Amino acid sequence: MAVALPLVLLVLLLSGRVGGGHAEPPRDSLREELVITPLPSGDVAATFQFRTRWDSELQREEGTDHDFLRYAVLPREVVCTENLTPWKKLLPCSSKAGLSMLLKADRLFHTSYHSQAVHIRPVCGNARCTSISWELRQTLSVVFDAFVTGQGKKDWSLFRMFSRTLTEPCPLASESRVYVDITGYNQDNETLEVNPRPTTTYQDVILGARKTYAVYDLLDTAVINNSRNLNVQLKWKSPPENEAPPVPFLYAQRYVSGYGLQSGELNTLLYNTHPYRAFPVLLLDTVPWYLRLYVHTLTITSKGKDNKPSYVHYQPAQDRLQPHLLEMLIQLPANSATKVSIQFERALLKWTEYTPDPNHGFYVSPSVISALVPSTVAAKPVDWEESPLFKSLYPVSDSSSYFVRLYTEPLLVSLPTPDFSMPYNAICLTCTVVAVCYGSFYNLLTRTFHIEEPSTGGLAKRLANLIRRARGVPPL
Amino acid sequence: MAAPGAAATDLEVVRGKRAALFFAAVAIVLGLPLWWKTTETYRAPLPYSEISGLNALQLRLMVPVTVVFTRESVPLDDQEKLPFTVVHEREIPLKYKMKIKCRFQKAYRRALDHEEEALSLGSMQEAEAMLAEPQEQSEGSLTVYVIPEHSSLLPQDMTSYIGPERMAVVRGIMHREAFSIVGRRVIQVAQAMSLTEDVLAAALADHLPEDKWSSDKRRPLKSSLGYEITFSLLNPDPKSHDVHWDIEGAVRRYVQPFLSALSAAGNFSVDSQILYYAVLGVNPRFDPASSSYYLAMHSLPHVINPVESRLGSSAASLYPVLNFLLYVPELAHSPLYIQDKDGAPVATNAFHSPRWGGIMVYNVDPKAYNASKLPVRVEVDMVRVMEVFLAQLRLLFGIAQPQLPLKCLFSGPKPEGLTTWELDRLLWARSVENLATATTTLTSLAQLLGKISNIVIKDDVASEVYRAVAAVQKAAEELASGHLASAFAASQEAVTSSERAFFDPSLLHLLYFPDDQKFAIYIPLFLPMAVPILLSLVKIFLETRKSWKKPEKID
Repeated sequence: MAVALPLVLLVLLLSGRVGGGHAEPPRDSLREELVITPLPSGDVAATFQFRTRWDSELQREEGTDHDFLRYAVLPREVVCTENLTPWKKLLPCSSKAGLSMLLKADRLFHTSYHSQAVHIRPVCGNARCTSISWELRQTLSVVFDAFVTGQGKKDWSLFRMFSRTLTEPCPLASESRVYVDITGYNQDNETLEVNPRPTTTYQDVILGARKTYAVYDLLDTAVINNSRNLNVQLKWKSPPENEAPPVPFLYAQRYVSGYGLQSGELNTLLYNTHPYRAFPVLLLDTVPWYLRLYVHTLTITSKGKDNKPSYVHYQPAQDRLQPHLLEMLIQLPANSATKVSIQFERALLKWTEYTPDPNHGFYVSPSVISALVPSTVAAKPVDWEESPLFKSLYPVSDSSSYFVRLYTEPLLVSLPTPDFSMPYNAICLTCTVVAVCYGSFYNLLTRTFHIEEPSTGGLAKRLANLIRRARGVPPL
Repeated sequence: MAAPGAAATDLEVVRGKRAALFFAAVAIVLGLPLWWKTTETYRAPLPYSEISGLNALQLRLMVPVTVVFTRESVPLDDQEKLPFTVVHEREIPLKYKMKIKCRFQKAYRRALDHEEEALSLGSMQEAEAMLAEPQEQSEGSLTVYVIPEHSSLLPQDMTSYIGPERMAVVRGIMHREAFSIVGRRVIQVAQAMSLTEDVLAAALADHLPEDKWSSDKRRPLKSSLGYEITFSLLNPDPKSHDVHWDIEGAVRRYVQPFLSALSAAGNFSVDSQILYYAVLGVNPRFDPASSSYYLAMHSLPHVINPVESRLGSSAASLYPVLNFLLYVPELAHSPLYIQDKDGAPVATNAFHSPRWGGIMVYNVDPKAYNASKLPVRVEVDMVRVMEVFLAQLRLLFGIAQPQLPLKCLFSGPKPEGLTTWELDRLLWARSVENLATATTTLTSLAQLLGKISNIVIKDDVASEVYRAVAAVQKAAEELASGHLASAFAASQEAVTSSERAFFDPSLLHLLYFPDDQKFAIYIPLFLPMAVPILLSLVKIFLETRKSWKKPEKID
């Protein structure tokens, strides 16, 4: 299941109150963690999170000026080490110590999935939110196909994944931890064995599901000192049954339909698999100007019935200046699929506006779906500052739901493409036609015409004369 | 039967000839100009002759000097002649296409009452304070006060004094040729305070032919509209050293006053960063004698490159970046010293790289290791660091130590580290450099446009060129009339406009339009049209020649 998903590098500037507040954080505090989730298929997901915070002299202002909100998206970018190197430079320990030692480009880019992000945002500096700190959060998620690369074995270790082990914590980090997801395997040690034995475990409700993690704290000197390095290993004792992976409560799909090069339709499918709860989602779509949207064709249907959005914001595109912006608040009924479709017409571009490979098509950015998904498991109210980083990017004060932001797949739309050699062909053809007309006209006007005596007899007479000459008889 | 037939044929032949000639005429008179006009690239007219005239421009740098004579400074009958003006002009010998002339315009006058009073005070500081108050001096001008020969304002062995503002004091003399002696002293002082060959040679270093001493002259940064200054603290060993520096306070206290004094020369932005695990590219050598490590002078050039990839500030700015690095060596390599050519440790433990910035090595006090366990908290002594960085900053901006004439007393710089006349001198140098840069840019642009006829010259590019030429001329005029501030502004405008014209992307639009493709397009039309016309013209020509020759033969 190699899903080569594009890198979505987003710089989110959220001016919002984050966190319930805590004692003043130290200057330049760094927290880093690595979450490893073994999947029954043999794949392993690894997510790095680095968070740096520093004080600023920025004053918190009430309200947000919407004129200064910006949203930009690059629908597709081919990722390579050029994306990783500047990203690593932002880390205080660079890649010399701590978890960032594992960031080795040749391993990270040979994975089935790669996602890299930078979030920078102001957060409350203290409990009363009188001062603002800046938070720089860098995340990197990769999925290793351990089953294929390990020749059928599903066992893995840090060394097998990253070709490195952890030898020392970053001296600047106030927290440096490795979490291994052992949900469902921890009660009986029959199916899964984690080496070395974790010092502690951590239990919490993550994205609506109860999870258990084995925790290795790099700042705890005992973790590394025993063998001078930490190489977390995982062995499947008895391979787990092939069970269907759990379906998330909210997921989405997007595709283009229609045929021909004139019109088409953008479709977004939103699935709510929650058994009994309906919840609203915010759908944000930006469509390039060269797809001319027909807003009157916007239809939203769920369970065969028309679903009227409670809020629609539409900003039409301006040619070559700004894209369409469509934002809707849609209520998703429980256990349903909702289809949002809108028709468009393809515009013709100027011939210098085409990309070097115009027949490849043009990318359309993904839709963004934000929702507060109700959870079936009640979570304890927690202190967001204390909880692990992977939990607290978008803290929610209500413990019965969790925040999810999904990006659908980017679309590839082909536009009517002209034959780029056509101007030359047209010039040549016209020139030839003009030259031919001109030639005959010129001949007609400049030649002198004689009236020739009609030659009598023609071919028969000439033939007869030839014969007569051969016979020595005077010609006719 | 034959005669009327032949006549009709002759008529036809003449008509055919006329038609062919008419075709040729239409093609040449109408077709060619139409084709020429419609396929022409748009080229706005440029002032080529004025641009080539800029190369032969004569720069006359005028320094207005006011010479004020107090009572009893020169003999009485000489005083009677005041006020009058003397001009002292001389050429500055540089191997540069522009002729640069330096012109000191000395306006001699008698001291006013309050000036007399100020100069009769006991000490120089009081006199300066009193003289500075009433009038604001314009940029580039100087005032020299001539005091009596036996005045106690100066120590007895000194004949002149240079102050931090645009003011100097020269001792007068009771002599028959008092004016010429005093005049020479005034020129000496004025040269020290304004234009010298060194300053201009450094400013024009890029435009002068290579010299063996020119690398030293290339130390100052190139003139630009703004500069970015980055202070970086490199801590390669955060496990042993917990380094703290109060960079905000230090910048506020030491750097900002200096930069605000310099603000006439450009915009400045200052930022700072701390980089961990950033190491120098060279392994220091161990010196067993002093049990310390050292970096030899020949290895210093290799230090910068590996560090620079981590600095990463030049990407964010259009302006040139000056880097100042404070390097705290790792525990395994401390203490670390920089050695000069002779192997002696450098007193400041710092070095600078021309047009790049400076690096200072800051050793942690070895006593700190005994007291506590690692990491050791290190508080950087910012006074020590900023002394070095400010000295390097002055060097990198081309503010050299003043060369004083003999027996001259120098007051030392103002608290912000820069005298007013040093700033003026910088502005002179920058104006000349800007003019040279703008002239070079305009000349090469004109040359390029002349050489490649495919380049489109749009109206806005042409107007930028016109503006640049006008600004160069204006700057030269203002320099000649001694208005330094407006000359500098005009020279900056000249550079900006000329660069904007030179780097305008519209110049590149039709550059790639090779001739073979043009022929490929024209041949299908031109060949079938031109061949019959040419053939019939040749035929007509031959026939006429024949008919001309025939009558000769008959004769």
